[in-house]
Amino acid sequence: MELICPAGTPSSLRAAVDAGADAIYCGFRNETNARNFPGLNFSPEELADGVAYAHRKGVKVLVAINTFPRAGAIELWRRAVGDALGAGADALILCDIGLMSYAAERYPAARLHVSVQAAAANADAIRFYMERFNAKRVVLPRVLSVSEIAAIVREAGCEVEVFVFGGLCVMAEGRCSLSSYATGLSPNMNGVCSPASHVAYEEKGGAVVSRLGDFTINKFGKEEPAAYPTLCKGRFRTEISTGYIFEDPVSLDAATLLPSLRKAGVTALKIEGRQRSRAYIENVVRSFREALAALENEQPISERMLEAISEGQSNTLGAYRKTWR
Amino acid sequence: MKLTLGPVLYNWEPDVWRDFYFRIADEAPIDTVCVGEVVCSKRLPFYQDLIPEVIDRLIASGKDVMLSSLALVTLERERKQTASLAKGSDIVVEVNDITALKHVAGRAHAIGPYVNVYNETTLAWLVRNGALRVCLPPELPASSIATLAKACSDVEIEVWSFGRVPLAISARCYHARLHKLTKDNCQFVCGKDPDGLSADTLDQQAFLTVNGVQTLSASYVSLIENLSDLASMGVRSCRISPQTCDMVAVSRTFRQAADGALDPQEGRRSLDLICEGIPFSNGFFNGSAGVRYRIANVLR
Repeated sequence: MELICPAGTPSSLRAAVDAGADAIYCGFRNETNARNFPGLNFSPEELADGVAYAHRKGVKVLVAINTFPRAGAIELWRRAVGDALGAGADALILCDIGLMSYAAERYPAARLHVSVQAAAANADAIRFYMERFNAKRVVLPRVLSVSEIAAIVREAGCEVEVFVFGGLCVMAEGRCSLSSYATGLSPNMNGVCSPASHVAYEEKGGAVVSRLGDFTINKFGKEEPAAYPTLCKGRFRTEISTGYIFEDPVSLDAATLLPSLRKAGVTALKIEGRQRSRAYIENVVRSFREALAALENEQPISERMLEAISEGQSNTLGAYRKTWR
Repeated sequence: MKLTLGPVLYNWEPDVWRDFYFRIADEAPIDTVCVGEVVCSKRLPFYQDLIPEVIDRLIASGKDVMLSSLALVTLERERKQTASLAKGSDIVVEVNDITALKHVAGRAHAIGPYVNVYNETTLAWLVRNGALRVCLPPELPASSIATLAKACSDVEIEVWSFGRVPLAISARCYHARLHKLTKDNCQFVCGKDPDGLSADTLDQQAFLTVNGVQTLSASYVSLIENLSDLASMGVRSCRISPQTCDMVAVSRTFRQAADGALDPQEGRRSLDLICEGIPFSNGFFNGSAGVRYRIANVLR
């Protein structure tokens, strides 16, 4: 299985390459990608340098152009497609039907991957992208169990990439407007979710209150660390109970599922976190490389390999475990 | 301006569901009515057998009918449900997930609000593929709606104009989770909340609504004050989404406002009375946070 690693900066890209990534994914410094955060991402020149560095070490670079082009402004997204291929990208990760049709017609030799943002969650949807746009790989939305993934691999006949570590969307990706309901900025249109520009922390009667736009997302007591107010990981009040009604502030860690994911026929494992530090990325990539090496040698994956990366945070297997639903 | 009634998004008792559509057929000034399960495939068996008689009644009263497809398709059962929509009848299918496109190949169909149509290239592609009408994603601002309606004048563009706005869909059922159940053994607890379950902030500010695997806004979108803007952009249909309030009264209010027989502010006041204090929003249309409501260019 290939290890697909995030890079938000040129130095993270080099760190991930050196730590054992098989491929790096990254995006341009604008709203064409779903991690459009201040201080992150690549200019076309930086991308070309990054691709050259990665290729020298036999590592691929996949460019995410995975927001939905704005009406009347599609040129920006088309230019991103041209710039990525001009920089030597090995594949484009796309979600918009119009942009995929453009890329497939204008650059028929380009390798297209279906972004998680397209939420292609079954073999019929996946085959649509394969047949219409010659897509070669699909990044699966985080709504499927391992046995469902195995069935998709069998039926769709497409390379399948799945998330194994990092931030966890609990809603179907590419179909969530929670962030824009509260802030006006969304993953689909602006490449941001619960953006820092709309976040505030307030001290109130000994508690820290986290807010997003006009809404309280959580309150933390003195002993509790104040988590970032990602909307779907907030505490809310209903007539049944009050608490984390969608999901606790947890991250995905499917390291223990590597053997079953391999058995399911998964082609590539994806680590979330283009917004993470270089040190974090280096650490996570190295740990997963070690775990994959053990797997390939039919050795057990030791707890030690992964304890460094999961330390101090709460993890979940997400939808991979059926009862999560 | 035409009016389209979206599918019932909540888990209503089968009799209530049927009687709701019968009353729409008999009394509501609606042009097109969507029928079918969009949110949760487990709900469909309860009212599936009632669908033919509902469709017959709607057609007999002169309404166009569309069969809406599921918004998130992961299970085999859901793929079969999606495939079956286009079989055995010539009712137009409203595609709410790419999955359904395969089954409507070569026949006229509609694109529903859960398919991501954000720009003119995607719209043109779907129209070339046979879409006759497209209900745009509710998140789109007026500027995008205008560009899209202008770019493709041969397709009927529809805009989400009334009702709680769908914000997210998940594999996980939040109704079940709140009741400490799993989705597979959910006991259909979502049926207790025919207008959805309020999820407020810790400060008790109205915010979201839980509807099984779907999350909606607490506010009802209302574009009743924007109908002339929509018409001048080239939008040809307004979608009204069923809530538990009097939907015949809602549709009459929209009809009168669209025809110029009711002043937009009067229309808002009528809806206020019909909806009994539920807050309205039109922020997405105005290009701001979706929750906001702008009256006559002034933020409330």
